[in-house]
Amino acid sequence: MANISAFEVLGPNMIGPSSSHTAGACSVAFLAQKMIKHPITEVKFTLYGSFAHTYAGHGTDRALLGGIQGFDTDDKRIRDSFKIADENGLKYTFVPDDTVEDIYPNTVDIEMKNAEGKTVTVRGESIGGGKVKIVKINGVDVEFTGEYSALIVTQQDVRGVVAHITAVLSHLGVNIAFMRLFREDKGQIAYTIVETDGRLPASVVEFILDNPNVKDAMIVQ
Amino acid sequence: MINFRTAEELLELCSEHSTTISDIMKRRECDLTEKTEEEITARMMKSLQIMKDSVRDAIDVPQKSMGGLIGGESKKLHDHYHAGKSIAGDLVSHAIAYSMGVLEVNASMGLIVAAPTAGSSGVIPGVILALQKEYDLKDEELVDALFNASAIGYLAMNNATVAGAVGGCQAEIGVAAAMAASAAVELMGGTPKQCTEAASTVLMNMLGLVCDPVGGLVEYPCQNRNASGAANAIIAAEMSLAGISQLIPLDEMMDIMYTVGRKLPPELRETALGGCATAPSACARCKILHN
Repeated sequence: MANISAFEVLGPNMIGPSSSHTAGACSVAFLAQKMIKHPITEVKFTLYGSFAHTYAGHGTDRALLGGIQGFDTDDKRIRDSFKIADENGLKYTFVPDDTVEDIYPNTVDIEMKNAEGKTVTVRGESIGGGKVKIVKINGVDVEFTGEYSALIVTQQDVRGVVAHITAVLSHLGVNIAFMRLFREDKGQIAYTIVETDGRLPASVVEFILDNPNVKDAMIVQ
Repeated sequence: MINFRTAEELLELCSEHSTTISDIMKRRECDLTEKTEEEITARMMKSLQIMKDSVRDAIDVPQKSMGGLIGGESKKLHDHYHAGKSIAGDLVSHAIAYSMGVLEVNASMGLIVAAPTAGSSGVIPGVILALQKEYDLKDEELVDALFNASAIGYLAMNNATVAGAVGGCQAEIGVAAAMAASAAVELMGGTPKQCTEAASTVLMNMLGLVCDPVGGLVEYPCQNRNASGAANAIIAAEMSLAGISQLIPLDEMMDIMYTVGRKLPPELRETALGGCATAPSACARCKILHN
């Protein structure tokens, strides 16, 4: 805690009214939209816990829809995100679900569909002061915060893929801060999340994809 | 690197380098983030501009809040003052108008600087911008004041809390007002010790304040309390600048605030299950709005 910056005390600069219910919601959706190829044509938000109860009064819905459209937490267009989505033909629905109790209070599931018909579902939590965590991708438990540059690789759970990923990063001179592998069942789809200190070069994706067991690779930064 | 963990250490650094709290905080920020002083002051200037814009917008273009509980208060105070009817004097009437305005902007989905939180974002701009108007202070001086304020806020985050859910309103608007009081003392030529004493005075005077937002929204009584925090900051700064010394130093007062905060029942810590949030008239208003 002794390393708190002056701009963490006076900040973030944000669209109100709530760092957790507005800025945090926007950040979760902002991260989510980076995990699918654009343009996104449809999005469904399922809101849990406190999000389900007070989302309208905190503008959580506008913040989520703003984040999906790539607006950052201090973007004044958030207030008009419904209108902007309508103009751009983005379809959206909000489903408050207060029946699930065993869940972090400010949680949202974001189900996105793009023009190619591909869908990606992301679960995020707003954990206070505008900070967020992504905790599920397509139903698989993961964990990353978006505070670092992240590489997310979707792969077949077979040997050699992780070695391929680290070899590519090493080749491109990328230093790994954190690296974790998440999977649901042995041999099925797994996710490798690599967080790095510096920005990741766009060419990473091309090299990572050059392996038959890699299904997809995305940079979130 | 230059760093401090307590107000006592901060004052020692000020004394050792014969300088201000804002200067120590700027040096610490440069060390911590590996940025130049030009870069960090430019960034703080941007924060100041957001504060100014939010104060102006609330007066020029009043907005109803998202929850519908507030809107137009800053303009009312502004008009009241310009009708020559203010009883609070120039400084205080401006400070409360500005601080309520920032909360209105926040509650209507406008752009604000969390200071230290969104719910307490009106206090610091209210105080420093009112001082600027009254005493023709330069923007550069206000930027320094914001670094001074952030030093006090950092101490609260490091040694206590600024979350209403943990420590009640005293931890949010109480800390914001302590930050504003310290900033005001430095702006008006007080010593570093007078800054921390003013901050300590505010925490003492706002000790025990509960967090009880009607409908769980950052609107009411939050907006009133931002005005109250701004006035409290001015009172404490005036006392300190007059040479009134406090028995309880800031570090001890932070501990006291934190201890009291944790003893507050959960109903009075941002859950909207107690205090003003359960007032029948307020609940009735919420039901009307929800229908």
